[in-house]
Amino acid sequence: MSLINRRSFLATAAAASAALSAPMVLAQGRPKVIVIGGGAGGATAARYIAKDSDGAIDVTLIEPTRQYYTCFFSNLYLGGFWEYENLGHSYGTLASEYGINVVHDWAVGVDRDAKTVSLAGGHTLPYDRLIIAPGIDFVDGSVPGWDISAQARMPHAYKAGSQTQLLKHQVESMREGGTFAMVAPPNPYRCPPGPYERVSMVAHVLKERNPTAKILILDPKANFSKQALFEDGWSRHYDGMIERIGPDFGGGNVEVRPEAMEVVIDGEVQAVDVCNVIPAQKAGRIAHLAGVTDEGGWAPVTPTDMRSRVDDSIFVLGDSSNQGAMPKSGFSANSQAKVAANNVRADLTGSRVFPARYSNTCWSLIGTDDGIKVGASYEPGTDQIESVSSFISAVGEDAGLRQRTYEESIGWYEGITADIFG
Amino acid sequence: MHRFGLILIATLAGVLAAPAIAQTQIRAEALGDPESGQTVFLRDCAFCHQIGSDARNGVGPQLNRIYDRGAGSIDGFNYSPGLRRMGVDGLVWTYETLDAYIANPRALVSGTRMSYRGLRDEQERHDLLAYLRAYSDQPQNIPESAPTARPTLPELSTDTLQIVGDPEYGEYLSGECITCHQRSGADQGIPSIVGWFEEDFVVALHAYKQGLRPHPVMQMMASRLDDEQIAALAAYFASLNE
Ligand SMILES: Cc1cc2nc3c(=O)[nH]c(=O)nc-3n(C[C@H](O)[C@H](O)[C@H](O)COP(=O)(O)OP(=O)(O)OC[C@H]3O[C@@H](n4cnc5c(N)ncnc54)[C@H](O)[C@@H]3O)c2cc1C
Ligand code: HEC
Ligand code: HEC
Repeated sequence: MSLINRRSFLATAAAASAALSAPMVLAQGRPKVIVIGGGAGGATAARYIAKDSDGAIDVTLIEPTRQYYTCFFSNLYLGGFWEYENLGHSYGTLASEYGINVVHDWAVGVDRDAKTVSLAGGHTLPYDRLIIAPGIDFVDGSVPGWDISAQARMPHAYKAGSQTQLLKHQVESMREGGTFAMVAPPNPYRCPPGPYERVSMVAHVLKERNPTAKILILDPKANFSKQALFEDGWSRHYDGMIERIGPDFGGGNVEVRPEAMEVVIDGEVQAVDVCNVIPAQKAGRIAHLAGVTDEGGWAPVTPTDMRSRVDDSIFVLGDSSNQGAMPKSGFSANSQAKVAANNVRADLTGSRVFPARYSNTCWSLIGTDDGIKVGASYEPGTDQIESVSSFISAVGEDAGLRQRTYEESIGWYEGITADIFG
Repeated sequence: MHRFGLILIATLAGVLAAPAIAQTQIRAEALGDPESGQTVFLRDCAFCHQIGSDARNGVGPQLNRIYDRGAGSIDGFNYSPGLRRMGVDGLVWTYETLDAYIANPRALVSGTRMSYRGLRDEQERHDLLAYLRAYSDQPQNIPESAPTARPTLPELSTDTLQIVGDPEYGEYLSGECITCHQRSGADQGIPSIVGWFEEDFVVALHAYKQGLRPHPVMQMMASRLDDEQIAALAAYFASLNE
């Protein structure tokens, strides 16, 4: 079967959800790569391996959802700057253009000795190299009173999709003069500026619809990402609306009561109207099941190639990895995926290995046309990925530059989503 | 094409290698001569630009107090989007940036509306810059007079441009760029970099690396690319079509 035929066959097979058995037969003899998780890290890796190996490697991507909603820009959707539909991306192109076997199922186990992955649907798939990129899961009990069953009353909205829609709805229908509370997470967590960009976007909505409302941030961290820039922006755009309680004043000792819609701060009960709980985080569950995580809850990798320190045949990408200095971001996951893809191909087909290069930039929107950014480039150090140079927006930049920074972030969104999903 | 690429590289290498090279390599150079500069101005610039008392905008903006002026900052002049973008990003006219712009306008400011092919003669540029300096607020503060020594390393520049890029390496390196610059050439807030002439591409990246072009992200990106990597990227992106 020619490459073209094989590709369209796979596409049809994937579309018909009959993807599993047939392509495995076709793939006999070619080395097999399985990618668990079709997010910023996993989908990029699958695409680069398939694209650059020109069919020499059989790539299977396991991802339960048919439509991936990006967390990045989900805050802009909350603020009314971005359409919900524009957050969604499908796997159609990865299947049809790149011949990736996209399997919509959960990975529920990894047998590292047999080199197989088992799926919730009952199938077991063999691999030569495995990429684990399942994003984050929440640490049970990290916010007393909250567990995943409370997410309808107190949403986390830290995995995008219906949670983000729910939070937006709650903010927009909050009673006049009500209180929006956010329980911010401890380090490390995905997207360091994410909670604070979210507060900015919620404040933007409230200022327009409900100007007497208040925002309360309960924060276990003494400092946070781009703090000076956010605080400057908050005082310029939303003066008096936002209060942050840090660890000195009990922000690290918080319990929530979803039924009563209360938060307890250092023993003091306060009624709230909307409560966004962002719990402490750890690597996605499948990384733990595969036995590649450490006591901190993340999967340690070697800085030159993102290979698991526990198993040479496994690579861990994105939020789940413990790699060193890179923040957990979509940009980082995408950057790491290209390094891993280069090494996976070299392992399996002997192609050239180029030196690892990583980078990250995180844009945040504070208010209309008021964008800021922080970024750095990284290289492998002896044990970990290390930062080699960095930059950050400055307080007091003129409005034209802030607007241009916002426009750039839109360019980046279009660029990275094209790079992830084809 | 080739020629103008070379000119700017020479300029860039000259101006910017300064901190890196040993003091001994810096050779003192004659100051530009404002009188000869006036001749160059009348021959090459006056058709479009006015300078001096009563100077007004013409085809190009008036050039009084050009030193330390933000690029694209004269109210009421209809600048190109490219020059305006550079100004917003923080491009300020200094001895170095003016030198680079006059040597090869398009390589410093993509899509500039100034249809001037560039002034290749280095001495003429020095003279012209000395002439423009006379119409500035505080000419004594413009670092053309002291120190009078300016480094030049033109040999290095020729080598740099002659490196033949390795497209396979370029394709790998491009992965870092494609996160922001779309491979399709679409421009939605971040400019397209596909299908450029290789020389222009090389010159533009050196301009970021040396800090002549403003923009923190691009300066950081370019700062860790060596000459060979820049050549590889130029070869790869030149091979893509919009
Ligand atoms: C509000 C917010 C704003 C953000 N803003 C930005 C930003 O502006 N810029 C930026 O760079 N980053 C941003 N991020 C961070 C970014 O979203 C994440 O860092 C990024 O998505 C991480 O990529 P990943 O591949 O590790 O995980 P994910 O993108 O989460 O992908 C993991 C995938 O794995 C799948 N999966 C999980 N378990 C299994 C399993 N067992 N079997 C099969 N599949 C599984 C999931 O369904 C998911 O699709 C933001 C995050 C949030 C929450
Ligand atoms: C054909 C007309 C033309 C010629 C010849 C020309 N320029 Fe220009 N120049 C322009 C235009 C038009 C612009 C505005 C460019 C833009 O918007 O991109 C400009 C912009 C400039 C600027 C930037 C000014 C600002 O406000 O940012 C400088 C400096 C400049 N020219 C110097 C010169 C010098 C020196 C010469 C002679 C060596 C010269 N130009 C020759 C048309 C010309
Ligand atoms: C984080 C996003 C980002 C990344 C990654 C990035 N760029 Fe850029 N690049 C930009 C932005 C934004 C601009 C516009 C800068 C300006 O306004 O001066 C730009 C401008 C450029 C330009 C000049 C374009 C013009 O028309 O003026 C070139 C050339 C370029 N980049 C090349 C690269 C190369 C090569 C890489 C990879 C090594 C790269 N860029 C990586 C964001 C990025």
